[in-house]
Amino acid sequence: MLEITSIEKGIVIDHITAGYGIQVFNYLNLDKADYNVALICNAYSEKMGKKDIIKINNVIDINYDFLGLIDPNATVNIIENGKTIKKVKLEVPDRVENIIRCKNPRCVTSVEHYFPHVFHLVNKEKRSYRCEYCDDIVIPYPNK
Amino acid sequence: MLKNRSLIDPSDFTREEFREIFDLGHQIVANPEKYSKSCEGKILATLFYEPSTRTRLSFETAMLRLGGQVIGFSEAASSSTAKGESIADTLRTVECYADIAAMRHPKEGAPRLASHYIHMPLINAGDGGHQHPTQTLTDILTIERLRGNVENKTYGFCGDLKFGRTVHSLIKFLSNYEGVKFILISPEELRVPEYIREEVIKKKGIPFEEVDQMEPYMGQLDFLYMTRVQRERFFNEEDYIRLKDRFILDKEKMSYARPDTYILHPLPRVNEISTEVDDDPRAQYFQQAKNGMYVRMALILKLLGIY
Ligand SMILES: [Zn+2]
Repeated sequence: MLEITSIEKGIVIDHITAGYGIQVFNYLNLDKADYNVALICNAYSEKMGKKDIIKINNVIDINYDFLGLIDPNATVNIIENGKTIKKVKLEVPDRVENIIRCKNPRCVTSVEHYFPHVFHLVNKEKRSYRCEYCDDIVIPYPNK
Repeated sequence: MLKNRSLIDPSDFTREEFREIFDLGHQIVANPEKYSKSCEGKILATLFYEPSTRTRLSFETAMLRLGGQVIGFSEAASSSTAKGESIADTLRTVECYADIAAMRHPKEGAPRLASHYIHMPLINAGDGGHQHPTQTLTDILTIERLRGNVENKTYGFCGDLKFGRTVHSLIKFLSNYEGVKFILISPEELRVPEYIREEVIKKKGIPFEEVDQMEPYMGQLDFLYMTRVQRERFFNEEDYIRLKDRFILDKEKMSYARPDTYILHPLPRVNEISTEVDDDPRAQYFQQAKNGMYVRMALILKLLGIY
């Protein structure tokens, strides 16, 4: 297995469903990071078969709603002095703001642009969401 | 309390709150004179970003019959939208002048958006193919006047169930009541959207059938709700022409219906109900339009907190 050195102080996002790592990476703007970052795709996992991992050598603000939306099974470990000091349990958010956009061409969000894009959870298992404005249903990150 | 609330989607009000509106509606039907000065000094704004003469006239007449007055516009081209003003700004400006507003917009969700920016009551008078709750109030008042209540009945919906917002609103509303059953009659391409089928009908465990024939089901229905296939919802003329004549209610099809099966239609009609049906006592769509005015009167009175 590919060796990635462990980090002293930072964040490890583990157990990301394989394939979603790059989306988390992009959402957190890690391509612009000036600190050490590792995105590991298709790592072996006993439980999951394949998983993605992100190691961030810095303490940054994370939008846990977004992580919960993209993959509620991922785990977030906050590392200090080389040890995990906190594990964050993710949840599928009931409401998300400015993360998903409505794809319905008839929706008011396609013509007016000064307000938040809001979605409400409809079905936790399917992870489907409803547009606050037009009620269109989307499944932004389907359960793989 | 309905005072100062907005009606954007049927789920905005509870069953009890709707009950208040219908009870007042029935009282207005019985004695309209009593309410002829109730809204003196009040102004209703009708903000119609797309033309709908029928709905606008119904709202305006309702306010005038309550003794109130009306301002507004009837198409986007004549409004400030043509100059690029946002919905939020238009509504905030209108709020300076009016006590209550009714809004129609071609984009789905526009009234919900608008309601976040103002404090006066706002009524959704139709947003794209999405919702049209006052038509639903009209339909329910009509059903109650004909059959006493909405429970334990089989409702047929026929025509454009995909884009027909009156259908979506009514299905959402009826889904809260005991013993209702739906027969959804449409061509494959115009069936109800997924969110109505999955999140409303199935979620509430309501028995329903999706079929593409009228005759075999006519005898089961307490009400048949006809809708027109709307040209403006289609990108291509061929699809429109092919689908619009698929279901036409005529005398022959009426012969399969029971004597107590009533025919409703939100109007305007194109050709989906043959004019030969109009004299049938079961055809109730014109009375339905009148009920629409009465129920809008009741809604305005409730949202303004006058009754
Ligand atoms: Zn939308």
